[in-house]
Amino acid sequence: MSDRTLRGKSAIVGMATAGVGEAPGFSAMELLGQAAVAAVAEAGLKMQDIDGVFAATSSHAFPTMSVVEYLGLKPKFFDGTNVGGSSFEMHLLQATLALDAGLCDAALVCYGSNQRTAGGRLVSMSEPQWHETPYRPRHPITAYALATSRHMAEYGTTRDHLADVALAARDWANLNPEAFARGPLTRDDILSARMISDPLTKADCCLVTDGAAACVLVRADRAKDLPGKPVYFLGAGAANHHRSIVAMPDLTTTAAAESGPRAMDMAGVRQADLDLVMVYDAFTINTILFLEDLGFCPKGEGGRFVADGRIAPGGDLAVNTNGGGLSCVHPGMYGLFLIAEAVAQIRGVAGARQIADCSLALCHGNGGTLSSQCTAILGSEAAL
Amino acid sequence: MTEITTGKAGPQATYEAYLAAGRFMIQRADSTGEYVFWPRVLAPSGATDLRWVEAKGTGTVYAITVNRSRGGSWNVALVDLDEGVRLMSALPAVETASIGARVKARIETTEDGPRVVFDLIEEGAA
Repeated sequence: MSDRTLRGKSAIVGMATAGVGEAPGFSAMELLGQAAVAAVAEAGLKMQDIDGVFAATSSHAFPTMSVVEYLGLKPKFFDGTNVGGSSFEMHLLQATLALDAGLCDAALVCYGSNQRTAGGRLVSMSEPQWHETPYRPRHPITAYALATSRHMAEYGTTRDHLADVALAARDWANLNPEAFARGPLTRDDILSARMISDPLTKADCCLVTDGAAACVLVRADRAKDLPGKPVYFLGAGAANHHRSIVAMPDLTTTAAAESGPRAMDMAGVRQADLDLVMVYDAFTINTILFLEDLGFCPKGEGGRFVADGRIAPGGDLAVNTNGGGLSCVHPGMYGLFLIAEAVAQIRGVAGARQIADCSLALCHGNGGTLSSQCTAILGSEAAL
Repeated sequence: MTEITTGKAGPQATYEAYLAAGRFMIQRADSTGEYVFWPRVLAPSGATDLRWVEAKGTGTVYAITVNRSRGGSWNVALVDLDEGVRLMSALPAVETASIGARVKARIETTEDGPRVVFDLIEEGAA
């Protein structure tokens, strides 16, 4: 049984990013503010029209309060669910619920970070786990390296397969003028990169950038009257089993195996229907795990699936066409940038990296250490 | 052997007190027989009748990585105890080990206090 009551009930009518890459001299909230102003303007609305606020950041204990104050809003519904990088796929679902229930009429989902220029390191409010602390894990990479070690041992995944993921991301980034890491990258560069947490090297890690993003959602019936081309919410699903990597039942299978089918059931779509797949690539292993768990290839085959340029420009499956967290942008929590790329592709404004006839996109957010998994499906009017 | 009175402190503090006394203890639910680690107030099944038992100390490497930095390198492993529970730990005597390797626990004293670490069980050894 699938619940489709929310399918097509809301639409993204404004979407913007700000400060992608490096934005020296700007605070996280200033970047978020710039993205919010641009997204609201694109929606054809005034800032004061926003009466629903959805936010999570890496630097605000009470993100919705900070956002409301900074933007001068007086919302009647707000939600600051923080499930790491997957927060924003969850916020699409929460915003759609609130809009559909009439609890708000114009929802703003937003994020901002200046972590690159503020220090150049991943900013996180994530607290240590007492039973892990004596062993000095360097999360998040230690957790993802442990998962990679297990995937390699069980399924024969190799560092060459991981390199295929990084190469595809860079090839897409080279088509995206907004991407932070552009230029040539070879397999040798990747395989000879400095080892950080075996078997993951620097080349297997996402970028540390600045960046902000924001989108505005309204009920679908109102979307038609606004100036921008609406991108419809078709479905979303979430799943979460653990916080600490120690408590992940099987390090080779994430809860995306549940969130993905939930989202696709709500949207009434299958893998083969999707034109674009955006998955949260904090590390190269993520892309492999999520392509398996979301059903694009059998469990264990992800490494072989991504070989030979299958997810690179011109390949069989368009994955992370902005260049991903690996080569485009990763300002601490990347989930809203997955949505930004899906919106650009569905609107047909993705420039040199535009894929043909993109009407259905999947955005898969990941939070914590392969912990929270949230999947959202977006589509054009034709996909309704 | 030092006897620790349970029930006067939470599971984490009790575990740490046992460890400080040189004992590696884990929890087991009387009603279901399931073992629990890390210590908490309920088992995954929901059972709450948890009792402290000595860990056998033998297990298998489930996953392993080596963190590398300018200040040195150290491995971090997930070990599945033979009782069926998993913990984060380390194998300080070796650089790394194979997944599936058999290991035996010992308590190591560090500047920050005692911790459970593991050594490889030599092949052919019991």
